[in-house]
Amino acid sequence: MALHPDDFRYICEFIREAAAIVLEPGKEYLVDTRLSPVATQCGLGDIAGVVRELRRSRHSPVAQKVVDALTTNETSFFRDLAPYQHLRQRVIPALMEARKNERTLDIWCGAASSGQEPFSMLMMMREDFPQLASWKVRFIATDISQVMLARCREGVYSQLEVNRGLPAPLLVKYFKKQGIDWQIDESLRKSVEWREFNLVGHAWSTLPSMDLIMLRNVMIYFDVPTKRGILANIRRVLRPDGYLFLGTAETTINVDESFQSEQVQSSCYRVKAA
Amino acid sequence: MRALVVDDSAVIRTVLTRILTGLGFEVIQAVNGKDALAKLQNVERPDIALVDWNMPEMNGYDFIRSVRAEQRWRDMPLMMVTTETEMEQVVRALAAGANEYLMKPFTPEMVQQKLAILGLAQS
Repeated sequence: MALHPDDFRYICEFIREAAAIVLEPGKEYLVDTRLSPVATQCGLGDIAGVVRELRRSRHSPVAQKVVDALTTNETSFFRDLAPYQHLRQRVIPALMEARKNERTLDIWCGAASSGQEPFSMLMMMREDFPQLASWKVRFIATDISQVMLARCREGVYSQLEVNRGLPAPLLVKYFKKQGIDWQIDESLRKSVEWREFNLVGHAWSTLPSMDLIMLRNVMIYFDVPTKRGILANIRRVLRPDGYLFLGTAETTINVDESFQSEQVQSSCYRVKAA
Repeated sequence: MRALVVDDSAVIRTVLTRILTGLGFEVIQAVNGKDALAKLQNVERPDIALVDWNMPEMNGYDFIRSVRAEQRWRDMPLMMVTTETEMEQVVRALAAGANEYLMKPFTPEMVQQKLAILGLAQS
């Protein structure tokens, strides 16, 4: 059954409120493709049934499934090499020098999706900075989707996923074949605090101060006021000498001028000195 | 840049050649390991060889071992592109001297990402 314009408007309003995702007119096909399976799985018949359920309660399991389904989870191991090069060559060494007395590092990977980014960072850190093994590294990775967090905790990837950007020597070193899939090493999975976190929610105060924040390829889905709100919260969480990485198509320019570009290629930012 | 594509399947050779040409490579094709070794004798060392595993006459594993045994090709980047998807095969290929390993089926994006790891394409 075709998606009714009123139902589309309701879904747009719901997802904007729940996850700040902006769905423009013309995205009816996306809603149709992503929510039809939810309607079937939940026994609601069609998207009109999903909307009826959302009108009844915005905090039901169906509401969480709608958020999960409408969240884009495009990611890959070592997506864009430039940020990893900059982390390796400049950022991690600088942070290790700055924290050499405390020997602690606090890292947050937001919008972690199915986990390829936090795991890429952890593999890079183990390979290139083995001395961090004796440091207290707190690595928090968050996502809005419980389904994605469950995937992260499991760390199982398909052949197509490990084919995308993962260097073969790291596949051999950190993965085990499990049937037709590949599972990442348990010690890597266990070294991350996986948390549900809504970037437009009210849980920012639960995050500790951070030395390094990775928030890549998620701001593109938000409008400017939402981006401003998130960057304002990041300023509060990020230590004055910390680093923020955005997606390569994202910027703080014309959004929040209290950040300055540290390196353009890798979309690395720092808070301007007061 | 120049790439050597070694595969007994004409379809795979054509697909890889299209992808590599699109990334700015000049491509030399060979139909098996023996053919590839012969072609290597007559051309300037390619920047990379993409090599299938299972081929008649000389397979990709033996080709990689032969290439690594020759001083002049010792540092030539080699990528196995194969339907072999078991961990043991990946380990064997890397131990023999492959720098990268791409499992079939692949997309152009996957080829590009693997080349980027080797510093031969943009990520």
